[in-house]
Amino acid sequence: MGWLPGAASTYAADLDRIFYVILAVTGLVFIGVEATLIYFLWKYRGREGRKAAYIEGSNKAEIIWTVTPAVFIVGLAVASQSVWSKIKSPANFPTDAIEYRVEARQYAWGITYAGADGVLGTEDDFTRFNEMHVPVGQPVSFELTSADVIHSFFVPAFRIKQDAVPGLIMRVWFEATEVGEFALACAELCGVAHFNMGGKVIVHPQDEFERWVAEQS
Amino acid sequence: MKEAIAMPGGVHAEPGMRIYNQKLGMWVFLASEVMFFTGLIGAYIILRFGAGDWALPGIPLEEGGTPLAINLTAFNTFMLICSSVTMVKAFAAIEHGDQRGLRLFLLGTVVLGAAFVGIQIFEYIKLTHEGFLPACSAELAEIVPNCGLFGSTFYVMTGFHGAHVSIGVFCMIWVTVKAFRGAYTKENHGGVEVIGLYWHFVDLVWILLFTIVYLI
Amino acid sequence: MATLESSAVPLHAHHDDLSFIRKYIFATDHKIIGLQFLFATLIFLLIGGVMALMIRWQLGFPGEAMPGVGVINPKFYNALVTMHGTFMIFFAIMPLLVGTFGNFLIPLKIGAPDMAFPRLNMMSFWLFVVSGIVMTASLFVEGGAAGAGWTVYAPLSAVPQYTGVSLGQQLWIISIVFFGGSSLLGSVNYITTVINMRAPGMTLFRMPLSIWGLFVTAIIALLAVPILAAAIIMLLFDQTIGTTFFLPAGGGQPLLWQHLFWFFGHPEVYILILPAMGIVSDIIANGSRKPVFGYHSMVLAIIAIAFLGWIVWGHHMFQSGMNPLLGTSFMISTMAIAIPSAIKVFNWLGTMWRGNLWFHTPMLWAVGFVSLFTVGGLSGIFMASNSVDVFIHDTYFIVAHIHYVLFGGSLFAIFAALYFWFPKMFGRCMNENWGRIHFALTFTFYNLTFFPMHLLGMGGHMRRIYDPTAYEFLQPLQPMNKFITVSAFLLFMAQIPFVINFFWSLFAGEKAELNRWRDNGLEWTVPSPAPHGNFTVTPTVYRGPYEFSSPEVEEDFLPQDVPPDGGRERAPETVGR
Repeated sequence: MGWLPGAASTYAADLDRIFYVILAVTGLVFIGVEATLIYFLWKYRGREGRKAAYIEGSNKAEIIWTVTPAVFIVGLAVASQSVWSKIKSPANFPTDAIEYRVEARQYAWGITYAGADGVLGTEDDFTRFNEMHVPVGQPVSFELTSADVIHSFFVPAFRIKQDAVPGLIMRVWFEATEVGEFALACAELCGVAHFNMGGKVIVHPQDEFERWVAEQS
Repeated sequence: MKEAIAMPGGVHAEPGMRIYNQKLGMWVFLASEVMFFTGLIGAYIILRFGAGDWALPGIPLEEGGTPLAINLTAFNTFMLICSSVTMVKAFAAIEHGDQRGLRLFLLGTVVLGAAFVGIQIFEYIKLTHEGFLPACSAELAEIVPNCGLFGSTFYVMTGFHGAHVSIGVFCMIWVTVKAFRGAYTKENHGGVEVIGLYWHFVDLVWILLFTIVYLI
Repeated sequence: MATLESSAVPLHAHHDDLSFIRKYIFATDHKIIGLQFLFATLIFLLIGGVMALMIRWQLGFPGEAMPGVGVINPKFYNALVTMHGTFMIFFAIMPLLVGTFGNFLIPLKIGAPDMAFPRLNMMSFWLFVVSGIVMTASLFVEGGAAGAGWTVYAPLSAVPQYTGVSLGQQLWIISIVFFGGSSLLGSVNYITTVINMRAPGMTLFRMPLSIWGLFVTAIIALLAVPILAAAIIMLLFDQTIGTTFFLPAGGGQPLLWQHLFWFFGHPEVYILILPAMGIVSDIIANGSRKPVFGYHSMVLAIIAIAFLGWIVWGHHMFQSGMNPLLGTSFMISTMAIAIPSAIKVFNWLGTMWRGNLWFHTPMLWAVGFVSLFTVGGLSGIFMASNSVDVFIHDTYFIVAHIHYVLFGGSLFAIFAALYFWFPKMFGRCMNENWGRIHFALTFTFYNLTFFPMHLLGMGGHMRRIYDPTAYEFLQPLQPMNKFITVSAFLLFMAQIPFVINFFWSLFAGEKAELNRWRDNGLEWTVPSPAPHGNFTVTPTVYRGPYEFSSPEVEEDFLPQDVPPDGGRERAPETVGR
């Protein structure tokens, strides 16, 4: 099944698994309902002189089809919860992450790097637009905010999406598992050139990343 | 066909509540009004607690106190409560068929309501002269914390309430004119009851607004 | 009372002495107002549909000139996206269900002569017209129409510089304020009418599910729309007089807008689907010639959905930056809605089970509703899951979902209702064969248009983007975008048989008999079209609305107002159940 984009972050596979589980469950229900519907349409098609059975309902049947979905839903909620809290819950953020700061504006992503000293807020910080360079195999985390309207930081291959809200600071993390270039998109309507607010996340091997940072400073 | 009909299965045949349409309609309408003010007041609460620092009553303006005229408005609140009392009296009067009492108390309600609106307008003029606006004057912005936000929420909440009182006063005038023409009787005075419901609601909203905007 | 044969068939036509203007323009008759809503909303439906085609053209053939329209620029595209949503939700689906069928059906089906407040009803319609005119006018003002999406997220919507639109956005807000007034008057009327004006014997649990759906919807609208009104008034002040409710620079909170909007917006979704569910239940029972399976649980499901609708708004904001713990609770409440929804779908299937199905056109649309609503309901589970939503939020998966619910759901139900009650509205029948063709074509092209959108969304295709080819990773999806666009144009053209059938039948359709579909509802006891005042004698109701194929009578239907002895000599005790 290749409908989802190639997965390139540590939690992408977890998210995809839940997606496919829900797809399987809902797919079965879908097939079941539509097949039953079609069968009924054919089987009980109207015929002259025949009268429908006078049935007003059945408590037993209704209890069955109330409880069954409820059980499935509890299961799906539990399964979803662990991945959700892995991606979004601050308590579960990796502690050994490289720090960045990302500020969105109409219509660009300003990505601030900590520079050679590895600490944000010092003089050797530098900012590059629309290109986020990260090392492979190491978690990165950043403060996300916006200078004007709401944008949304979306890297399809990493399965990460987080709105950037002016006046608020969001925490985001991911860990890339593959070297390469991945699309960064704005997912929240942010104005006339919203469609043109793309960027790139460039994942380097560890040593290449360090070289790149050194070159910038 | 209005007599009760015995139904198979013993279901009583007369549906509907024992409230006439206008009164039920007013209750339903007021439910909607509750939600409208919930939206405004909810926004105020979220913004105020989100902002942190807020102008408080009981301390001088220079030290971050409220720019609002609390004593004047307390008096105004008292008048509005009185107008609810006169409204109750008016309704009680016509329930006993007392036309003179109805007219007198309705007139009292109109006067008190109009005075409330008048004093509120006076307060608005005073506040805007002092520079207290949604877009605060520079000097006020320096001493009143989150002055612009305070102004925004203050004017929207009290403004919409004031508009409700004003509409109420106009309706009350209309009912009063009808009362002077003898339109209401001991048996038939739905108009008085329905406007009364609205009036008490607007009064209630004010007590809430006064508490959370002026006193807390 | 024994004299009540099938009650209330007047022997002579009721003559109205009203002038044309009082009768058809400033009408107070609920049926005429319903028809006024119908004709007005069909125009808005057309406008919304044409906008959809322009959006699709741009997505299928980015930057190419659309025949008759020209090149669509990004700003106009944003306006199209905003106004398509606005027109379809506020000016087509909602007033078609609530304005048209709410007005037309409620008094007729509960045995009332009219609404509780006929003049408020008239005001409700004319406020709607004013609102529609203001909204349409906003398309033509300087700076263009609102372009911040129908969800008008602040601060984008709150500061003119961010979109380059000022007057257009303000007119949008003013129009919706009028719309709120119209909706309020309608709700007050419907609720009062249903509570107070039911005919003798029409207990709450003898009301048709269509009326239940409309009644509960009126309650939701009564309570939800004022929240929107409060929010957009604050937004208007942010736009115009310098308040800062939603602007962080002045201490305001952008997320406050989202909370207020979705606190209205999610109940609004149920405003758009509950009446449709009710209508479909009526029609499926009729088409199956069987009582609705589990009538009471159908009512409870409507109420449960309406209740849950108030505590799920946060699922629109999973990625907005809410506390992750809140995300969990909103996921649970959202998923809970799947349960009453599942009950409804299974009970519709149960209604058809062992029936004697009569595939009249309304039944086809109702069956179409069940099959498509199932898809929309199931796809909703994906976004209810907060972790899957991280990926599919703001993608075409959502677009597919909303269209399966609102087009495959609500609009299919509206077509079902139109074909079903057209004879009672106009005294003539719509052509059945053309109705079937309309259904077959719409059902086919509908699925070809909207099903692939799920796949676009799974590919990461964002919604509301002007040019998907701007992103390299979306370019492989472009053939599918083209396919969807072609299907959308065909879907639009599939409505031509409907338009021709509708207008042809208005003037030249087969004359409608009293009870065209052999139904049980009270509306089928009055002439087609029904006179002012509806019933010459207030009907008395003896049973629920779904006594099809009852063993008590030979025919396969038993109207609500036929006395238990059915006009024959039978003791009431033997038939009471």
